[in-house]
Parts: sequence; structure tokens; C-alpha cells
Amino acid sequence: MSEHGLPPVFLERRSYRRRRMMDALRLLPILGLFLWMLPLFWPTAADGPGAPDKMAMSTAVTYVFAVWLTLIGSALALWSFLRSSPEMGEDANAEPR
Amino acid sequence: MASVNLLVGVSLIYVTFLFAIAFFAERAAAKGRGAWLRSPLVYTLSLSIYCTAWTFYGAVGYAARSGMEFVTIYLGPSLVMIGWWWALRKLVRVGRVQRATSVADLISSRYGKSNLLAIVVTVMAVIGVTPYIALQLQSVTLSLSIFSAPDAGGEVDQAIAAFWVAFGLAIFTVLFGTRNLNANERHDGVVIAIAVEAVVKLIALLAVGIFVVWGIAGGIAPMMERIDASPIGEWDMDRSRWVALTALSAAAFLALPRMFQVMVVENEDERHLQIASWAFPLYLMLMSLFVVPIAVIGLDLMPAGSNPDLFVLTVPLAEGQVGLATLSFLGGFSSATSMVIVATLALSTMVSNHVVMPVWLSARAEGAQVSGDVRNVVIMARRASILMIIGLGYFYYRFSGGGAALAAIGLISFVGVAQFLPAMFGGIFWRGATRWGALAGLVVGFAIWVFCSLLPSFGPGVVLSVGIFENGLLGIGWLRPQALFGIEGIDPTVHAVAWSLVLNTTAFIAVSLVTFPGPLERLQGAQFVNVFDHSTQARGWEAARATSEDLMVMTQRILGADEAQTLFRAEAKRQGLDGSLPEPTQGFLQNLERELAASVGAATAHAMISQLVGGASVSVQDLMAVADESAQILEYSNQLEAKSHELTRTAGKLREANQKLTALSVQKDAFLSQISHELRTPMTSIRSFSEILRDTEGMGQVEKTRYASIIHGEAIRLTRLLDDLLDLSVLENGQVSLRYEAGRLSDLLEQSIVTAQAASTRSMDIRRRHVNEALVLTTDLDRLGQVFINLITNAQKYCDADDPELVISVQQDGDELSVAFRDNGTPIPDAARSVIFEKFARIGDQDGSGAGLGLAICREIMARLGGDITHVPAAQGNTFVVHLPRRAALAAQ
Repeated sequence: MSEHGLPPVFLERRSYRRRRMMDALRLLPILGLFLWMLPLFWPTAADGPGAPDKMAMSTAVTYVFAVWLTLIGSALALWSFLRSSPEMGEDANAEPR
Repeated sequence: MASVNLLVGVSLIYVTFLFAIAFFAERAAAKGRGAWLRSPLVYTLSLSIYCTAWTFYGAVGYAARSGMEFVTIYLGPSLVMIGWWWALRKLVRVGRVQRATSVADLISSRYGKSNLLAIVVTVMAVIGVTPYIALQLQSVTLSLSIFSAPDAGGEVDQAIAAFWVAFGLAIFTVLFGTRNLNANERHDGVVIAIAVEAVVKLIALLAVGIFVVWGIAGGIAPMMERIDASPIGEWDMDRSRWVALTALSAAAFLALPRMFQVMVVENEDERHLQIASWAFPLYLMLMSLFVVPIAVIGLDLMPAGSNPDLFVLTVPLAEGQVGLATLSFLGGFSSATSMVIVATLALSTMVSNHVVMPVWLSARAEGAQVSGDVRNVVIMARRASILMIIGLGYFYYRFSGGGAALAAIGLISFVGVAQFLPAMFGGIFWRGATRWGALAGLVVGFAIWVFCSLLPSFGPGVVLSVGIFENGLLGIGWLRPQALFGIEGIDPTVHAVAWSLVLNTTAFIAVSLVTFPGPLERLQGAQFVNVFDHSTQARGWEAARATSEDLMVMTQRILGADEAQTLFRAEAKRQGLDGSLPEPTQGFLQNLERELAASVGAATAHAMISQLVGGASVSVQDLMAVADESAQILEYSNQLEAKSHELTRTAGKLREANQKLTALSVQKDAFLSQISHELRTPMTSIRSFSEILRDTEGMGQVEKTRYASIIHGEAIRLTRLLDDLLDLSVLENGQVSLRYEAGRLSDLLEQSIVTAQAASTRSMDIRRRHVNEALVLTTDLDRLGQVFINLITNAQKYCDADDPELVISVQQDGDELSVAFRDNGTPIPDAARSVIFEKFARIGDQDGSGAGLGLAICREIMARLGGDITHVPAAQGNTFVVHLPRRAALAAQ
């Protein structure tokens, strides 16, 4: 009985995982947008003399590039995960638009 | 110090090198060995034409002026690429399925192959990209002048330098961009040259960056300290610009004609896009990595007032690194040339396909069937367009004086091309978008761009008077180019981006909502929006009206003789024809239109085929005809199916009837032999005994009487047999006359039992329920009695049980009255049951006395009386049920 039962469960898990990875892929740009728009909350000269200390440029540069690297790394990881499944395109199509 | 001549020499060698690469790549592709030319790596690198001289020189200048703001130009495209699934995936698929050759082609194709729209987009693209090309010329000439400046008397005349740069670029583009006509055959040579240039500019910028960080600043930590100590050491960002420029760069990345060229037209495999989704952001990140350090060091080292746009060159030069400076120059040169080549190529395709060709075609009264080679016309149109576009760029450069910061020019161009975005994406994602909506959006957006961004860029008092800047157009305060609707204080770029895109989109949507699309437009709209559901093509042509010869002549003139013949032969082969001319089927015409569209654009191809084929476009009637046709086919196939089912059923019945006939035939044979036997046996004994009576002398009276009785008995038997046969024959022919009379069922049964038992020697136990039999019947009682007698006699004759028993039960069940005769003998086998009511049927050979007519007569009688008789199988014994219609039975009073 278990011999017949196990493989479908395994396949189901895999395709489930792939779908969630596709979700992650789709949400990644939204995360990127949020992280890159975060500097909008940093104080600027226009906030007047009462504003907190301004962000140092080195910190700003480090932050922007760290986000960049994170996004690239995540996109790369997701791509290499999804690449192994040949149905990547079809799977994407099967999802409701 | 490197001389200008040396640089010119290096540049020429570099260009020759690119030429060679492009040439060999095209050779390899032609020989079919060009698979590596189409790798994901090359695709990603070719996308890098996004990074132009603006990136190479301008980004550092931008950073030196505004800090981290420069990075927004790369954040937008990075987000678009990382989010490829949302928009790019569909754009690339649509572009490939529709074989779009340019942004204009895509938009025109989406909105019903409208050429008007294509022309508007083309004109906007040319105007929008011209400043950008000027920017490239400016950056190359500026960089040349840097090298020459210190040499006394060696001052380069910038105007002349710019002219020669423009001229060289035009030659290169003409040579490589217009070698093959079909835009969808792709420019292998150009793409590989761009990929090489992408590597050169990346290496150059990284080299300068590494030199600055480790060579000058002395490592990362000291570099960070210097950044914080510099004039741009604190985060001081205009928030609206941060948002607007990120959005703008994302929009421009999607809408720039040159990006469309490399991203969609030159795309070989959609999976390359998935790889580029992370590889291209990586490239962008590397390109921007050292921008801030170079800017900071430049601000630190260079004298006040030096142009920050050229720090990439001047910093290594000031440090005496001539080799590095030369590499850097080559990087900038690469950025500029690759951008100009691709942008010009994309624009020239648009100009020749959507402006020159339609004009040329309509100017020739004969239409597409003129003699002469359209192919040459197309190529000439493209070459002229290339020269014109680069010429425009040159004049813009001269006119604007070459003084503005590079980044400012680049942004103006971005805002211009971003106006395509609503029409493009509205068309891909919204079926309700119409041609007039797209046109309205484009025109409104473009007008605002010209008024708020392009014209003010020349400065107050040049094109727009100072009065207009201060008091608005025609003195209306609401129409000030940098404060529309009287809202002041917005950054000019943000102002232009926000108003142009918002009003563009509003006009697009509003007009789309109130207008109605044509049939072709709706068809194309459905195909674009649902591109993943069905990648089939729009219905095109009434094929019968075009002859293959005409099509061949026209195709030859566009694709060239060889390719046209190959195409037609392949189609003929596919259709299973011998010659080289296929039947002009509808599928072939659609295919052909797409092939032609790849060369001359969708609208022109559509127009050319429509001239030959006769139909202007698809009308609603056509669509309805198709729908009718398919409905008819569907109905016809349903009918066929139903008929086939019916035939199957009939065949089944026939088989059944045949089996029955065969069985009956066997019965008949059996009966004939039986009846002969039945007739012969009495005849034989009658003959024998009558001979004995005649011939025997001295016979006693007793014996005479005995023999005469035998003869009499046998004669009676013969008569009975003949009576039965006659009876059945009368019944079957319906000649019987029935005598209806009323009588009690119990009396009838009683009488029948007495009669049956009198004739039989075997005793049988008969059980009845007299209460149920208290009924009055109105029927032919004699005939019914005959049936009862027959059934009882049968039971007596054939019941083989040790204690034979017959149960007669009467049931009145709603509509009918049934009388059941159940014995306890051996049940009749299933196989025999279907024939027991047939004539001459006899089961087994238990007893030779019956002729097998009894049950057949019973059935006929019951049928005449309006009832029937059935045999009900049971585990033990046989049950015969006589059904009588209701009207026959009246409950006893």
C-alpha cells in the first residue's frame, strides 16, 4: 500500500514547492522596490534644522549595493532552482493570471 | 601625454577589430555554426546597450553633482529585469509571436495594424531619441578634447570631430545593419559586436574604479572615509526625484526602441530572458559600483570648475596613467558607438517600414505589383534613414551647443520614449484599449513632453521665450512649462514625468473607454492579451483571390529571389505538391504576411497582401462566416455521429433478427420432420389395420371392432392435429371472430381443469384460491378456456417432479388481471425460453405426442383478446402468466 502511496505525495510536494518558488520570483521585484524606496524615510536638508543627523554617504552606498546584491543572489537562486524543472514556462502559464 | 592622433589610431584599430568580429560572426551564422552567437551570455551583454556613454561618463558627473541620485537610472531596469515574469515575459512572447520589428510595429500591430499609429510612434521615437544620439556624439568629442587640450595648438575643433564621429558611426551602421533585410533574421554581427563592446566598457570602468579605490585612496576603508568627507558625503536626496527617476528609468528601459531591438527582436530563446533576469542586474550593479568613488576622488583631485562628466578620463590622466586613460577612452567610445548603432538601426527600421514604404507604395498607383525590386527600395530607405537619424543627432548637438550636462540630456530623452509605455502595456494587458485611445494618449503625452521637457531644455529665451516661462503660454498662468496647472515648486524633471505620464494614461484610458475598436483591432487585441492561451494567428485572407504567381513575384521583391523560392518550395512540399508554387491557402497567406512583416513591418505587409488578395481587412462578416462555417462543421459531425450510432443499433437488431430467423428455420425443419412423423404414424397404423381388415378371412367380431377402433382413434388424432394447424393459421391471419360474453373466472377455471384432467392419465395436485377468483370476465370465454386447458395440460404432461403440483393464482394488479400457473417441474432452459411461444417449438424430446403448437396458439389467442402470455423464470418450476386487460375483468358484485 505504501509503495503505491508514496511517490505521488513526493511529486505533489515538489510541484507545490516549485509553485511557491514561482510566487517568490514574482514577489521579488516588490521586495526590491520596497527596500530601494526605504531611503525616502532618511532625513534630508529639506527637513530643516530639527531633523535627525543625516545618513553618511558611505552607509547609503553600502545599503543600496547590499540590496542590489541580495536581489541578484535571490534571483539567481530562484532561477537555478526553477531551471531544473522543465515545466517552468507551462507552470507559469497554468497559474491564474 | 597621448596625442589625439594616437587616440584616433587606437579607435580605428578598435573599430576594425569590431568589424572583423562582426564579419566573422555573420559568416559563422550563415554557415550554421553560430550557436554560440546566440547564447544567454551574449543576450545579456547585448542588453547592456542600456549603459551608454551617459553611464560611462555621465553617471560620474551625475554623482559628483547629486550624490546617489545617479543610481536610480539603474534601479528601475534592475527591478524590471528581476520582475521579468510580470511584464517582460509577455512583451517578449508577443513580440516574437507577432514578429514585431520595432516598438512602432508592435503598437501598430496591436491596434489593428494601423499605419497612422505607426507613423506617430516613429516620429515620436525619432524626436525622442535624437537628443540621446547627440549626447553620445557630445561625449565622444568631449573625451577627445580632453586628450588634446594640454597640447598647445593641438586644439580639436569639436564640431569637426563630432562630424567625423557621426560619419564613422553612420558608415558602420549602414554596413552592418542593412546587410540582411529581414529584421527577424537578426543582426548576428551587430549583436556580437555589441557584446564585445559591453565587455570592453565594463572592464574599462572597473579598471578605473579599482585604480581609484586601491591605487589612489588606498583600500575600501579609506575610500569610505573620503566619501563621507567629500562634498557629497551626506545623503541629501530630493525624495520626489528618487521615486520619479526610478519609475522613469524602468519605463524607458521597456519603451526605448533600442532596448526593444535587443530584448525582443534579437531574442533567440525566451529562456535567455530568465538568465538575463539576474545577470543583467549584476552587470548594472558592476557598472555603478565605482561611480561614487570615482566622483569623490575626482572632486578631490581635480581643480575646481573641471567637468565632472569627464572624471573617468581626467583622473587617470592626472595621475599619469595614460594606458588606463586610453582604455577608459575606449570604454566610453564603446558605450557611445554601440548605443548609436542599435538605436539607429531600430529607428531606421521604423522609419523605412512605417513612413517610407507606405508612402512609396501609395505613390505607385500600381501598388505592390509593379516591376522592380522592392527589396532595394527597402534597403535604400533604411540606409537613408540611418543617415538622417545620425544627421539629426549631429544637428541637435550643434544646435544645443553641446554645453548641457550629459545626465540632463539623457533624462529628456527618457521622458520622451516613456510616453510609449501606456499604449504598449495597455495593449498587452487590456483588451479594451483602442486605436484612438492609444493615439490620444501618445499625442497628449508627447505634447506635454515637448512643452515641459524638450523645449525648456534649450534654456529660457532660446525656443520658448522668457515670458512663456514666467507667465505661461499665451499669458495663461496655468500653462507655464515648469508649473502646469499653476502647481509650482515641483522639480522640472519630476514635473515633466508626472504630468506627461499621468495625462497620457488618462487620455489613453478615457478615449479607449468611449471609442469602439474595429474587428481587426479586437482580434489583435485578443491575441495580444491572451498570447499565452493561444499563439495562433489572426485570420487574414480570403485565399482564393490571390494567385500564387502574384504572391511569388511580390515576395521575391521583398525577401529576395532565393529566400522567396525556398519559402514557397517548402510550403508546396508541405502541401504535398510537386512544383514550386503552393496553393495560396489561408494558412500560407498568414505565414507569408508574417514573413513579409518581419521585413517591411506589419502594416505594410498587410497592405501589400491586401492589394493582391483584394480584401482590405477582416470584416465582421468574414468573422461571422468563419463562425458559421465552424458551427456547420460541428453540426455535421454531430449528425454523422448520431447516424453512426443509429447504424450500430440497427446492425445489432439485424444480428438479433438473424439469429432468431436461424433458430426458427431450425425449428421449422424439426417440425417438418416431426409433422411427417406425426402424420405418418397414424397413417401407417390406419393403412396396416385396414389391410388386415380387408385381407384377413374369418376374423372375429371382437377383433374387427378392436381394429376399427384403432383406425378411428388414429383418424381422430390426425384430425386434431390438422385442426390445431388450421386454428393457428386462422388466428395468425386475424380471421378469427370472437364471441364476447360474461362469465365467472372461477367457473372457467373449474371447467378447464375438469377438461384437462379428463384427457390425462397422470394425476396432479392442483391448488387454487377461490376467493381471488370471484371475478366476472367479459371476453371470449371459449378461447380463454382453451388457453387455460392448454397450460394445465402442459403442466400435467411435462412436470417431472415426483409429486407434481400446480398452483393457480389470480392477481388483480391495478390495470390488469393476471392468472399464474406455477408448477414444480424442471425449469425451461434460458436458451429455449425465447422460442417456446414460437410455432413447432418443442423442448427436448420428452414426449412425442405434442406438435409444439399449443403455446403458439395460446399466444395468438391472448394477443387477439388484448392481453398476453409470458413465461417467468424461477429457481424451481415454471410459471406461465396470462395477462388480461382491465376491461375484461369486472369485480363480482
